[in-house]
Amino acid sequence: MKVDTVGAPRRTRQRPAAAPAPAPAPHRAALRRRIADNLAGYLFLAGGILAFALFSWYPIVRGFLLSFQQVNFAQPATWVGLDNFQRLFDDPLFLTAWRNTLWFTALALVFGFAAPFVTAIVLNELRHGRAYLRMTVYLPVMLPPIVTVLLWRWFYDPGPGLFNHALAVLHLPPQQWLESENLSMLSLVLVSTWANMGTTTLIYLAALQGVPGELYEAAQLDGASIRQRLWHVTIPQMRFILLITLLLQVIGTMQVFIEPFVLTGGGPNDATVTVLLLLYRYAFVYNDFGLASAMSTVLFVVLGAFAGLYLRLTRSKG
Amino acid sequence: MATADSPARTLIAPAELDRPLGRALYRTVLGTVLVTFTAAFVFPLYWMVSGALKSSAELAQPDPALIPQSFHPESYTQAWSSTGLSRYFLNTLLLAAGALLFQLVVDVCAAYALSKLRPVLGNVVLAMMLATLMLPVSALLVPTYLTVVDIPLIHVNLINTPFAIWLPACANAFNIFVLKRFFDQIPEELIDAARIDGAGNLRILAHVVLPLARPVLAVVSIFAVVGVWKDFLWPLLTLPDPRGQPITVALNTLANDMPANQLLAGMAMASIPLLVIFLVFQRHIMAGLTAGSLKG
Repeated sequence: MKVDTVGAPRRTRQRPAAAPAPAPAPHRAALRRRIADNLAGYLFLAGGILAFALFSWYPIVRGFLLSFQQVNFAQPATWVGLDNFQRLFDDPLFLTAWRNTLWFTALALVFGFAAPFVTAIVLNELRHGRAYLRMTVYLPVMLPPIVTVLLWRWFYDPGPGLFNHALAVLHLPPQQWLESENLSMLSLVLVSTWANMGTTTLIYLAALQGVPGELYEAAQLDGASIRQRLWHVTIPQMRFILLITLLLQVIGTMQVFIEPFVLTGGGPNDATVTVLLLLYRYAFVYNDFGLASAMSTVLFVVLGAFAGLYLRLTRSKG
Repeated sequence: MATADSPARTLIAPAELDRPLGRALYRTVLGTVLVTFTAAFVFPLYWMVSGALKSSAELAQPDPALIPQSFHPESYTQAWSSTGLSRYFLNTLLLAAGALLFQLVVDVCAAYALSKLRPVLGNVVLAMMLATLMLPVSALLVPTYLTVVDIPLIHVNLINTPFAIWLPACANAFNIFVLKRFFDQIPEELIDAARIDGAGNLRILAHVVLPLARPVLAVVSIFAVVGVWKDFLWPLLTLPDPRGQPITVALNTLANDMPANQLLAGMAMASIPLLVIFLVFQRHIMAGLTAGSLKG
């Protein structure tokens, strides 16, 4: 009896559970497939994850750690605390390099920011030769940078150089393009602008084509002149992309390397020593990887601020 | 996107251009722009190619001539053979081809997994990859170099091997992002249909996804080859042995003791492949430029 009374409710309780009794089998199959899918997914991802882990994620962490270590290939790394930063800030070249880099960035923005914008606006208005002009402005981007700087070194050459020849034709005095402390940085900026403005121009051109024509028409009906339309329609419509390219250019130009490395070597009198050039010297000339990493960390913090700003802006937009 | 022939309404109205003053102004601006652009962007290339044809004596003259007084096309062949430019050229080709192959295999597979297989935490992995786009490359120069010198766990030194170029090139978040975004547009039904037909992931990738993704594969490939061909600092650091160096690094080393006309010939030859790629794939490059720059 006891067994029955106990058994009966148990059976009734089991019945609802027994109804989906065939369910566990498909559920397990689904689970098995999910696992298989995940396995396949990670199998396909393995190469990518490994590449990023080795050459991106791990170096990020390691670079940070290295700035607090003394490293050479002979002995294991030792912790030195803030020693590297102390030495970095004590190096008079550190300040010089930052000052030069900021100067380069400022000059590069004056040219590299304004020139593509004006070019893009003019190109967008032209009805002829647009394909040709678009192509020519992008040609320098396709040259290997080493070719660009060697070519310009030849232009700047005080002897047979083309630039001093052109100045002579105009009855102007020849210039010490790369040898003068005042002029050398500007000469580097000119090369860099020439080489890179094609990209920015084409980005602006694409953005300009996205400005709705009705806006111009409406402004014109209201009696806005061409200059007013430029000011009140074009520029507000382009504001976002202008801001974005501004940030990207700051981030890009602050990492200038090949121009000073090949054209001036940092001279004359350290006038063109940039942050990355100094970093290169610390690491690969003096083999002081700890000091170079401290420099990287500083660069990272400065550029990270701009990158964060970029991220915020693009996220709030999209 | 408006083409050159279908004038979309822009800043200046067509009517404004049709006035006599407008037309004259337009012609002046057009002429100025054409001349300035040709002088600024095409002439330097002409100067390089024609400079290589000049004799060394003519090149050293302080009063350069627009057209070479005497033609010396042999500087091209000399640069190619005697300074060993052919070897550096082949090195570059090898580095570019390998980087292309590794990038395609690794990044296509990763993008396929993230787009179609969507494993657990896939989004986290993608976010971590994309985050690296925000990092200044140069801040990672030293630790990445040290990693290549001594790969963690297996302790292999990649210096002076092409793998020092090939493997780091795979960690390319731009490629994975562009590929994944394209794969996302491929309808799920196509994949399911192939799966019901019994196709495995590799088959689906090779026979369904990749044929559809040809345009985006072209963009990724072009940028991979161009990227390796243009690179200077990384191969300078990781390939110190001249025998394995690409042409960009070799040109910098040779620049100081090569005759000027041969150097110019070498520079021209180092540029030709990229210029050809550009002329052939213009459309793809422009598309990649706007796809990669911004999403808005």
